[in-house]
Amino acid sequence: MRLNGSQILCETLIEQGVDTIFGYPGGAVLNIYDALYQYSDRIRHILTAHEQGAAHAADGYARATGKVGVCLATSGPGATNLVTGIATAYMDSIPMIAITGNVGVPLIGKDSFQEVYIAGITMPITKHNFVVNHVEDLADTVREAFRIAQSGRPGPVLIDIPKDVTAAMCEFENKPVESIEEVYDVSEDDLKRIAAEINAAECPVIYYGGGIISSHACQDLVALMHKADIPATGSMMSIGSVPPDDPLYLGMIGMHGKVSAGWAVDRADLLLSIGARFSDRVATNPNRFAPDARIIHIDIDAAEINKNMPADDFLVTDAKTFLSGVLPYVKEAKHTAWRAQIENWQKTLDYKPADAEDCLRPHQIIQICAELGGDDLIFVTDVGQHQMWAAQYCGRRHSRQFISSGGLGTMGFGYGAAMGTKFAQPDKPVIHITGDGSFHMNLNELCTSVTYGLPIVTVIMNNQVLGMVRQWQTMFYDKRYSATTLDRKTDYVKLAEAFGAQGFRCTTPAEFREVLAKALAHQGGPTVIECVIDRDERVLPMIAPGGDIRNIVAD
Amino acid sequence: MQKYIVSVLVKNHAGVLARVASLFGRRAFNIDSLTVSTTTDPTISRMSIIVTGDEAILEQVMKQVSKLYEVLWVEQLWEEDSYCKELVFVKLSTPDAASRDAVREVAELYNANVVEAVGNAMIVELTEVPSRIDAFLDVIANFNVIEMCRSGVTAMMK
Repeated sequence: MRLNGSQILCETLIEQGVDTIFGYPGGAVLNIYDALYQYSDRIRHILTAHEQGAAHAADGYARATGKVGVCLATSGPGATNLVTGIATAYMDSIPMIAITGNVGVPLIGKDSFQEVYIAGITMPITKHNFVVNHVEDLADTVREAFRIAQSGRPGPVLIDIPKDVTAAMCEFENKPVESIEEVYDVSEDDLKRIAAEINAAECPVIYYGGGIISSHACQDLVALMHKADIPATGSMMSIGSVPPDDPLYLGMIGMHGKVSAGWAVDRADLLLSIGARFSDRVATNPNRFAPDARIIHIDIDAAEINKNMPADDFLVTDAKTFLSGVLPYVKEAKHTAWRAQIENWQKTLDYKPADAEDCLRPHQIIQICAELGGDDLIFVTDVGQHQMWAAQYCGRRHSRQFISSGGLGTMGFGYGAAMGTKFAQPDKPVIHITGDGSFHMNLNELCTSVTYGLPIVTVIMNNQVLGMVRQWQTMFYDKRYSATTLDRKTDYVKLAEAFGAQGFRCTTPAEFREVLAKALAHQGGPTVIECVIDRDERVLPMIAPGGDIRNIVAD
Repeated sequence: MQKYIVSVLVKNHAGVLARVASLFGRRAFNIDSLTVSTTTDPTISRMSIIVTGDEAILEQVMKQVSKLYEVLWVEQLWEEDSYCKELVFVKLSTPDAASRDAVREVAELYNANVVEAVGNAMIVELTEVPSRIDAFLDVIANFNVIEMCRSGVTAMMK
């Protein structure tokens, strides 16, 4: 059939299984929006308040499902507004397609109205990007973009389409979607060798990351842990992969990880890293991270091997292929003394915050959310102290239930991501945990969730300051609180109401419990709950950057 | 710090040079020189890149470059067992016969050619492996150099 570029775009999106996209219109994408009008029965377009919200929503949609998230923006400022969202997805290896319009081919390079070279701008934050100059190339470019986004280590791909290409006509034929299941072959010898190293260890620890989630390997991981009796600690990106009540689960590792997990890694004689990258928030001092351990690094991306941490042995493969392959060669074991040692650290060293009744403490807020929201609850966070508290206390039992910007640390990520999550998982409760700093960045998206009647519950931990930066100023800058005291006069209840949402304010756990129950029962639209907390609450424990477990601050 | 030669085959697309350059910039890899040229296949270009760093940096360079979608092949080359040459022009101020003779003498020693000798200046050309070019430039630095221009390396496995 003969179609124009915009129709071809819609056809290929449908071909790829896309039924929801997040976007914002503009001059250069008028033709695409005209086609979306025609295809509205098959592609649901979600109109956000800002393109950044659309990018984070597509990202949240992808994190909540494992499917590719799609966002759409016009040329120029529309495209540049996607940039933070694309970079966020890139740093966390999230499959996403960003589609931008551009000025017509004859106008490119002439500083035309709303023209930017978005392909150049996004080169370092995409797996790849395309400028489609001929309508004949469009369909295959879209197909290839989806393949790239999902293959190997996932990531965002941008497709820039000049306006005249979206109007030009050519022949189009639907094609079946090519399977992108790649085989990351590992030899039996490799698996046997690594199994032998695991079998020989007396104090082994598994350190795993988001790769466990993207390769659907949670159960395989738990199977290995139990067969070989290996305690395991995860990065923030992996939260939910292992249920928190698993006796072999050590909790989160890193700057704000469990003290006991830090000591386990420190004293391990074998560190088996699977789908993780030894980021500077985990290996705060790479020279003193697992200093006595033989390090085996399993990663789908060959470039991660020896990048942040030298590996003694490695395999380039996906977590699932490795875990399912190595399991038969791993012997059943009991590391009784090692486990007892770790248990002792857990009892004596782990930080346990005190509960309060007359004021709200951050860990209680998260615990109440987890309790009232139940096992299906999905936490979506912004970035800062509230994010770390959520990571520490959310207690998620399944993957894709803790959605947070890890690598880029994007304040303002949360609201858009929560919308994408809710669209992807309409039957599961979604709580957006944020701080007064992060919330102010992208609260504009409240209008979107009101428009679409999305029952997202936003919990603002309001400490009137930029808490995480302030915490660093407290600890490392002699309490010189430069530009971190917000003291905003925002009335969050009125703000929510002005947007058409419902708003509450609470100051005690009892109040919060009551309000949250109401909010979770309210299915008609979003709720905003302001939780007043003390400005001197700190995220503990904490290892200073460059420090190691010996320097951990836990009181 | 050492110099390494990395040879890269890329799809001959618009922007591929920018992609490679952007990667080097982003990862703080040092490029000494980079040349791009066509191959017998018009859809494929070859980049010859000299990287300064250590073994760990080289490993990262090769792996990260390999990840680019338009990169087809990455290999390390060694001066000793590849064809690997670079071209340099040096313009020198030679106001008198003595200085002209001295330049000619050095040029001869390094098999460099005097390609221009006009008025008070000479231009010397040398095509050699990068290490010999470095050595030549070290010596020629003792003269009154007006300007220097080197092409960057082009290299092929033997």
